Amino acid sequence: MTATTLKTRSSREVYRDVLVELMPDDERLVCLDSDTGLFGGVDFGEASDRYLNLGIAEHTLMGAAAGLAKEGRMPVVNTMAAFASTRALEAVKVDIALNNLPVRIAATHSGVSGGHLGPTHHSLEDLAVMRNLPNMTVVVPADATTTDELFRQALTLPGPVYFRLGRNATPDLPEGPPVRLGQAQILREGGGSADVTLAACGPYPVLAALDAADLLERDGIAASVIHVHTVKPLDTATLATAAGATGVVVTVEEHWRAGGFGAAVAESLSEILPVRVCRVAMPDAFVPVAGGQKYLLERGGITPQAVAARARAALGRTRRSR
Amino acid sequence: MSGTSTLPGAIRAGGTADPAAMTGRIREHIVNMCASPEGGHLGGSMSLVEVLATLYFRIMRIDPRDPGSPDRDMLLLSKGHAGIALYATLCEAGFFPEELLTDYARPGSAFMAHPHAEVPGVEMPSGSLGHGLALGVGVALAARLDGSDRRCFVVMGDGELQEGSVWEAASVAAGHGLENLTAVIDRNRLQITGATEYVGNLEPLADRWRAFGWHVREADGHDVAALTEALAAPPEPGRPTLIIAHTVKGKGLPFIEGQARSHYAKLGDRQHRRALSTLRAAQEGERR
Repeated sequence: MTATTLKTRSSREVYRDVLVELMPDDERLVCLDSDTGLFGGVDFGEASDRYLNLGIAEHTLMGAAAGLAKEGRMPVVNTMAAFASTRALEAVKVDIALNNLPVRIAATHSGVSGGHLGPTHHSLEDLAVMRNLPNMTVVVPADATTTDELFRQALTLPGPVYFRLGRNATPDLPEGPPVRLGQAQILREGGGSADVTLAACGPYPVLAALDAADLLERDGIAASVIHVHTVKPLDTATLATAAGATGVVVTVEEHWRAGGFGAAVAESLSEILPVRVCRVAMPDAFVPVAGGQKYLLERGGITPQAVAARARAALGRTRRSR
Repeated sequence: MSGTSTLPGAIRAGGTADPAAMTGRIREHIVNMCASPEGGHLGGSMSLVEVLATLYFRIMRIDPRDPGSPDRDMLLLSKGHAGIALYATLCEAGFFPEELLTDYARPGSAFMAHPHAEVPGVEMPSGSLGHGLALGVGVALAARLDGSDRRCFVVMGDGELQEGSVWEAASVAAGHGLENLTAVIDRNRLQITGATEYVGNLEPLADRWRAFGWHVREADGHDVAALTEALAAPPEPGRPTLIIAHTVKGKGLPFIEGQARSHYAKLGDRQHRRALSTLRAAQEGERR
């Protein structure tokens, strides 16, 4: 396994603490809550009038955020990814995206991080939904550091941002190059000699890709690993450079196969390169059992072994044949 | 007619026009747009004329020469299908020249059936029903945070009240005591397939809003004086205000008034001429 340490704070808590830190000095920021419980006991200090709990009303949450943004504020809305991307979708589309307003959607419990809460609280469609909205930037941090840095950077954007967060703490990624919104982060160089490109999005998918690269190395297969935290706009240049060198890309994500991160990569690369893109993603099915995020992902086939197997298959090699 | 408002805090757009004097012009514009090749939402636009004229010419603090002023009042037309009524009013208020109205529904034009923010004076796009009140909640919250006395007006249709999001936002607005928020319902009692009470059972409408924590006023939606009084009166402390404007769908054209089929119309030449002559005869009658 990749050397990782388990942080005690989830990405939603890291994001929350950054927001609370920034609010007193940035009067544009308004924290709009929908009874999430994330802000219980939080002291907003002199910014306390800019914490507004609108209750369990996600359409109004998005609409009110648009109204506030229209009047010069930068609202940060808080709800679960499932509710942001489906229940409140029309308000996100019509009121926020169509107006290109600087609303930040902090979408917690994304993917299957809701775990035992069940399929009503999973969001395995949200990337497909959000990346299809014009003007929307879609960001998926993968650990505490990327959450902290990407949220701060996201505040500088003029339009809306979908910020995909998890429920529970996930392991830290190994040190990598600086985190820059909009730029894919190369965590493992394949150099000019890489055989395959692994492109991953989200905490456990990135870790699975890194571990898969180790597995492949044992077989004499060199894999580069690219952490793609900004799904839209997609850093096609970095992906194309890597893919052009290898001809094979395996994508890894915590999302249904259709329309998600892997689909975005395939769409972009297939227009410019003769490259094979294989998607390791959650199968086209609801996840109707209890279990933690990691368990449910493994059950859905998001594992280092599965990623390595897809890479080997795509390269036309099996472990035995070598 | 007096061109000067005597109401406290009322600053009118569009110079010296009296709302009642503008309604004939606004109705003619609406009819002209409905005679365009695409037609338009006639009935629910005609019912809204006095409401919009009163707001733009007597109530709202807004200046077409400075449409982005941070202290302006904001109107959100939640019943976006009355876009042509808004265009006609904005035109008469001086936001853009009359010639632009002939662009309505032309290929490539920003003047669509539902308002788009590229049209001068349109604050936010609308069309999907049940969105305006939530937007108004945000606008009103922003004004409160700014310490500004600016007001937000949300104009809804009565059929629109069948959307659950209206009541979600109504609850939030009252819960946050947004007395700078005023919603107006164009109570013309008709929607596409017939009477609102047949389709969606809205009554007892005033009681429903009161139960949600709103201060409710009712007015004849074609009486500028009554609308002015309802819109200009100070809010009840800690409560948003709802005004039920009792209107007639298709108002001004007796041959379609009160008929659900007036919802959308593509007027032929003969109907167009008949509509214009009816409106002009009514205006002549008023002048005499």
